[in-house]
Amino acid sequence: MKKKEVPQDKSNLESANFRELCYAVDENGEYTTENSTGWEPKTVALNNAIEEIKERIQDAKDRVIAGETSPIEYYMELHKMDVGILASYVGFWQWKVKRHFKPSVFKKLSEKTLNKYADAFDISVEELKSIS
Amino acid sequence: MEIDFTHHQSAHCENGVVSNLMKHNGFSVSEPMVFGIGSGLLFCYIPLLKVNHAPVITYRALPGHIFKKFAKRTGVKMKREKFSNPKDAKARLDENLEKNNPVGLQVGVYNLVYFPDEYRFHFNAHNMVVYGKEGNRYLISDPVMEDVTSLSEKELEKVRFAKGAFAPKGHMYYPISFPEKLELETAIVKGIKDTCKAMLAPVSFVGVKGIHKIAGLIRKWPKKKGIKTANHYLGQVVRMQEEIGTGGGGFRYIYAAFLQEAGKLLGNENLIELSKEMTEIGDLWRDFALEASRIYKNRSAQTDSYNKVADQLDNIADLEKVFFKKLKKSI
Repeated sequence: MKKKEVPQDKSNLESANFRELCYAVDENGEYTTENSTGWEPKTVALNNAIEEIKERIQDAKDRVIAGETSPIEYYMELHKMDVGILASYVGFWQWKVKRHFKPSVFKKLSEKTLNKYADAFDISVEELKSIS
Repeated sequence: MEIDFTHHQSAHCENGVVSNLMKHNGFSVSEPMVFGIGSGLLFCYIPLLKVNHAPVITYRALPGHIFKKFAKRTGVKMKREKFSNPKDAKARLDENLEKNNPVGLQVGVYNLVYFPDEYRFHFNAHNMVVYGKEGNRYLISDPVMEDVTSLSEKELEKVRFAKGAFAPKGHMYYPISFPEKLELETAIVKGIKDTCKAMLAPVSFVGVKGIHKIAGLIRKWPKKKGIKTANHYLGQVVRMQEEIGTGGGGFRYIYAAFLQEAGKLLGNENLIELSKEMTEIGDLWRDFALEASRIYKNRSAQTDSYNKVADQLDNIADLEKVFFKKLKKSI
């Protein structure tokens, strides 16, 4: 890549006001660095991934309302986690976390267990019990 | 207190921290040099593991490896510590800052408040330098950022004790002793040989073979997984290749910069020629990303277009095979 070809497309980096560093060659063929504001092909990939996460959050929300899963799954998706990551934050086995997705099991969870989930999501137990 | 530490922005965090800590200690080592000597370049498809519900490909060595290999090959001794208790982790950090010693930290990205929201995923192998403390705020030199920043005690603790794959467990590291003169020449040769070995490894998911493997998977995705998932997967491949930290083209440009610098240092014309070749291969990776983005941008595509990008990858793999064989012979 030539230095003057380093893309300067609009991207999500703008919000944090930073430009990433790329390596490129100057007109004499010497390697140098150049800052880039973004490149469309990867911005599109990132936006699609975020779209996908939003769909997962909405889907989880719908299933909580329909009584098919507990709010834990909704908050897990909201925090871009999967069962493995959530399990390591709360210190349970994955099968146990999955069991807590069952509304009937969730209703009977102890305050202590609920606190662990609330901590992992940085919310109160009250918030954990409802979805807004 | 603030340690007199100079922040240099780098493409990749791990190289950047090493390069910046070396410079702080009076050894001028560039980011590409750290990357090359530490054998950072790689291609590896990690079967069974999924991140963001899509397959994982890495274009670089495992977190911590670049750093470990660089230190070993140049004769720099590093101290590394992990902690089970955040209090101890904080106390050791403060102790080092008191002694005017800037340290490297491994952290999770998800709770890194100065990152744009869209970039905050559960990725735990990010690296930064802490170079001081003012009140209850730590002064942070994050190599991928243009400027220095700061984090509160609580914010720093959160990222040091992020959970999940590669959980940092408060991981802190810093150089403790240096050789009288850095023997870069022998270190460069070792680094290059190691990279050639990995890229030409007879393992189906590593190096050149790994690139063919992914090309094969891409051909199958639309039929096997459906267009939506295929596009999600393809998008993730491009993100891994071009995300912040790669310097562009899946680290190929940083590696080309290393070969150029190494060629001059060793007086080896072959390496300088090979640097040009690597730049061209990097351009082909960029072409692949551009072509792939046309597929997932439209969200509907013919099987034909997946085959087309897979062909591009097969071509890159063939070129890299020839390239690394030549590179191996040139030193």
